[in-house]
Amino acid sequence: MTDLATRVVAATTGRRRRPNGGAPRPGTIVAFLLPFLLPFVLFYLVPIGYAIGQSFLVVRRTSGQYGTPYTTFGGFEQYVRAFQNTEFLASIGRIALFGVVQVPVMLFVALTMALLLDTPLLKLKSFFRIAAFMPYAVPGVIAAIMWSFLYSPQLSPIVGLLKGIGLQPDFLGPGAVLWSTANVSTWLWTGYNMLIMFSALQSIPQELYQAAKLDGASNWAIAWRIKVPIIAPSIILTTVFSIIGTLQLYAEPAVLRQISSNISSTFTPNMLAYAVASGNNYQQAAAISVVLAVLTFVSSFGFMRLTTKRTEP
Amino acid sequence: MSDRTAGHESRLSQTAAMALIFVLAVYFLLPIYFLIVAATKPQGDLASTFGLAFSHFNLFQNLGILFGRSNGIFAVWALNSVLYAVLGAAVGTLISALCGYALAKFRFRGREFLFSVILGGVLVPTTALALPLFLLFSATGLVNTYLAVFLPSIVSPFGVYLARIFAAAAVPEELLESARLDGAGEFRTFFSLAFRLMTPSLVTIFLFQFVGIWNNFFLPMVMLQKESLFPITLGLYEWNGQTARVPLLQVSVITGSLVSIVPVIVVFVVLQRFWRTGLASGALK
Repeated sequence: MTDLATRVVAATTGRRRRPNGGAPRPGTIVAFLLPFLLPFVLFYLVPIGYAIGQSFLVVRRTSGQYGTPYTTFGGFEQYVRAFQNTEFLASIGRIALFGVVQVPVMLFVALTMALLLDTPLLKLKSFFRIAAFMPYAVPGVIAAIMWSFLYSPQLSPIVGLLKGIGLQPDFLGPGAVLWSTANVSTWLWTGYNMLIMFSALQSIPQELYQAAKLDGASNWAIAWRIKVPIIAPSIILTTVFSIIGTLQLYAEPAVLRQISSNISSTFTPNMLAYAVASGNNYQQAAAISVVLAVLTFVSSFGFMRLTTKRTEP
Repeated sequence: MSDRTAGHESRLSQTAAMALIFVLAVYFLLPIYFLIVAATKPQGDLASTFGLAFSHFNLFQNLGILFGRSNGIFAVWALNSVLYAVLGAAVGTLISALCGYALAKFRFRGREFLFSVILGGVLVPTTALALPLFLLFSATGLVNTYLAVFLPSIVSPFGVYLARIFAAAAVPEELLESARLDGAGEFRTFFSLAFRLMTPSLVTIFLFQFVGIWNNFFLPMVMLQKESLFPITLGLYEWNGQTARVPLLQVSVITGSLVSIVPVIVVFVVLQRFWRTGLASGALK
């Protein structure tokens, strides 16, 4: 039926269509867009709107502690509560510290590796590229399980070797566990970010360096003075994605929590949101999610504005 | 041709570069190597032998234990992961391709606005959507069903973004014009012409979405209580949480982890060039 219908439509509208650049009928356009837009609206936009709506509600009781609970509009009450929650503030502080250290370290390693793979200095390039990208194939949960064995005092060959040279490492101790989590994220995402930067490097035309090379510039100088500024947009992109990922951290600390008592159920903002929702306080969980989403937007857009302003004029 | 710098300096930096990248490669491969070694050991050897050296080769017994545990629940989880990821990515790629193609090739009012809204979706982390989705799905009775994980998984704003770029680059305008003059309908043109021209890029979109769904953890954790609906990630997470009480589960967690990453790593290495295309367009953004 559709086949015939579209053919008839094409036959009758074919001549009329040409002047406006070949635009098909509105109905056809909608038919192309709808299969994506419908689930996009239902499973992206509606939940966002719903979370915002919920965050402005509070549960009150008709009288005293034992009255019937009812839900009513509470203005910014949930947001005030969120910011009065010391566990929430602590989780934000923890994740900020995590991000300020882990994101630059990871991207610096990724950039160094991408630059090295882009020079004629190395052999076995495709092997190193695949080795770095391989962790991207490993789910975060599995990566954290693998590393938790490498952190475990009983099973880890690394702990064993370090003890052999007289050290007493405690990867799951109160001070170290945040950085042990950061290591899992670094392991997972360095290769992915490296490949984004590497692809950008590969698309730079070689002629751009020829002049510098003829002037006797070292590979080092070419890398940092010519290549890095050219691929700045990719570096910014990977930074933004890393910031978003950091603020959403859940699976890795949740797995390490299974073997370390130094990770609380409110270690990251997302873990806190889940814990609050599990306690049936959906409105508070919604407010926390909204704050987290706003923080994500502000920090990623803020970073983009900051960096593009610096490079533009 | 490119080595005009002094031979001595370049040999020195070459050695330094090789050493550095070698250390990094060890870092990336070590946990996977450890997992392979551990998966071949009997439970008793895990703590008593050195973790990076093989001892008694027990892989096949370990696999037997893994797949025999709780009436073969691991095979169910593996099948679920395959279903969520393969079907989800296939449907997701198709709807992304239709939408991206329309955004690239049809002119209509509000097109750029629509594209910016979808692009904004790339920045929305899926974990932020999981909790409100849970509330909405509990109201409609979808929670704890296959669809609760499947339906949100098919939406990939990044896929639409890639599809638009690829459609603009791979499908020439003249070809569409002549198809239209021949009287072919838009859907027919898409499926018989554009789809074929876009196939390599559609594989890229499929791969990204496949890995995204395969690795997803938060959404299934929020949505599912019924063990028989779990994907591998959630199942192994549950088992890992029980190892303190049931130490014998440890070897199954290890073997299960290995089984769950091997197919994806193989797909990765075989389909390498498709990743490069996708990452390159991410880089050009």
